[in-house]
Amino acid sequence: MNDQKKKNEFLFFSLRNKKLVAGLIIIIFFLVLGFVGPIFSPYKPFAYLNPLGAQPPSLKYWFGTTFFGQDVFTQFVLGLRATFLVGAIGGGIGTLLGMFIGFTAGYRGGMVDEILNIITNIILVIPTLAVLLIIAAYLQVRSVFTECLFIGFTAWPWAARAIRAQTFTLRTREFVDLARMSGMKPLKIIFKEIAPNMMSYLVMTFILQFGGAILIAATLDFIGLGPTNAISLGLMMQISVLWGALQLGSWWWFIPPGLAITIIVGSLYIMNVGLDEVFNPKLREM
Amino acid sequence: MRRYFGRKLLIYGLTFILAVSIDWMIPRFMPGNPIRNMLTRVSVGTTAGASQALYDYYSHLFGLDLPLWQQYLNFWNSLIHGNLGISSYLFPTPVKQVLLSAVPFDIFLLIPSILLSWLAGNYFGAFAARSKWLDNTVSPIGYILTATPYMWLGILLAWFFGIVLGVFPIAGAYSFSMLPNLSWHFIGSVLLHWFLPFASLFLVGFGGQAIGMRNLIIYELEADYSHYLEALGAPRGLIRKYAFRNAVLPQITGLALSLGVIVAGALVTEVVFSYPGIGYLLLAAIQNQDYFLIQGCFLFIIFGVLFANFAIDIAYVIIDPRTRRGMTGESA
Repeated sequence: MNDQKKKNEFLFFSLRNKKLVAGLIIIIFFLVLGFVGPIFSPYKPFAYLNPLGAQPPSLKYWFGTTFFGQDVFTQFVLGLRATFLVGAIGGGIGTLLGMFIGFTAGYRGGMVDEILNIITNIILVIPTLAVLLIIAAYLQVRSVFTECLFIGFTAWPWAARAIRAQTFTLRTREFVDLARMSGMKPLKIIFKEIAPNMMSYLVMTFILQFGGAILIAATLDFIGLGPTNAISLGLMMQISVLWGALQLGSWWWFIPPGLAITIIVGSLYIMNVGLDEVFNPKLREM
Repeated sequence: MRRYFGRKLLIYGLTFILAVSIDWMIPRFMPGNPIRNMLTRVSVGTTAGASQALYDYYSHLFGLDLPLWQQYLNFWNSLIHGNLGISSYLFPTPVKQVLLSAVPFDIFLLIPSILLSWLAGNYFGAFAARSKWLDNTVSPIGYILTATPYMWLGILLAWFFGIVLGVFPIAGAYSFSMLPNLSWHFIGSVLLHWFLPFASLFLVGFGGQAIGMRNLIIYELEADYSHYLEALGAPRGLIRKYAFRNAVLPQITGLALSLGVIVAGALVTEVVFSYPGIGYLLLAAIQNQDYFLIQGCFLFIIFGVLFANFAIDIAYVIIDPRTRRGMTGESA
């Protein structure tokens, strides 16, 4: 009964929060476009269709064609899929690793915390992209999935730092002490007592990691170290710049991919602000 | 203060060792064989004997026929002597020389954009917090800017100002018809080529900083001391001043933490504008599979970021008196 009421309250404030709702609608729109889009497109992403080369959007080619006569819309919707995949898996791995390290360091404290903290700080200082670059440069064949793995395994320190700090403040609370005294196992304390009390924090961390992974993937793709066997939004931008879309004025080629990334990541950030307001009454607009 | 710097230096030292180890390890333990790749690329594998001879020659040249621990020590040894190998793409220029010729452009691009975006972002962010009109304009713009991929903003600026309006050049660091010299004409050309890459780095950075500052100020204005001051009847400006002072400290730490992202942004921005810094070199190195140059760029980036971090630490100590008195204001 009490639980039910709490859930309703959360829903009430969520649905009333314009930022959260607007962000969510935009994300769902792009997600659906990414899943349904390829069904509507009769073309293959790399097929040379248009003998005229780069042509502006038309009824036949909704987003126009590239320098090679490929259909931009087909590439775009498939790129959206890759973008969401990288965000979900890369961001997911980053969050899970961050949770693991953050909970361990924050709950155990002492020497374990000290060592994990130093490791976190070291990886935080190293520019992630530089490491990804050098790994990706030596791998001859790369898929979207390997890209997700790389990103996830290098993006966790942000999450770990934030979760550790939260765990630290929670673990000395009375209810955690009580659980400990009643003989609960540490793992159970973390998942039953500590994690639920920072659920909002974990959700927000995941959203940030999701957006971050998308941006890193776009950067890697743009330098030419993205997936070698698939299309992605970053890759579209790279190819368009390499083949002179700027000089030729083929704006329909390089605007959609970047715009989609900006809108998706921007909506994620704005959703986060909304969530923060839902969870933290102090921040709500008066 | 000694404790503070000691801890920082320990972390930077370990980071550097780890980075060098990664740099050493990846070519040796990754699937695939860099020397084979290099040889197949230049397609000298016409006769089996010649290819084998070349393979042995390169293995020996790179010291790959030694035991691993010795390779590792040799790697450090040559690194300490400033030897980063020879670029195969710009053969026979040493990697060090190639990098040194690119670094001034990076410094010229990065330092102004980082400092100015930080200052401007904090300034506007602080004003935007809890003031209806500014908040409704600065915050959305800030979120959009910080969500923009660096290269896309670069592409847009290059396309709009360079191609559509034709007011700015979009490639190189100075006009291709000029040789570097100390004339006003040349300096003008350098500044003209610098402006768009600078602007795209500045804008993305500005967005992030403004948002960060706005959020921090709101937290500070909700803190007990702010409410207390308010209850005492202190003027609004004074409360905001205190809030600002408190919010600046995490913003400095935040800047240090976001350096990696900024550097990554600079790399792709340079690629968009063909600006001859490390990023542009790196792209050329990747496309030509010049492994020594890639590794050199990697080390250089790491070293630059560590150095910048240290500079920010010093700034932090100057600004926050608590770290000087040994009352660690910030935990590591």
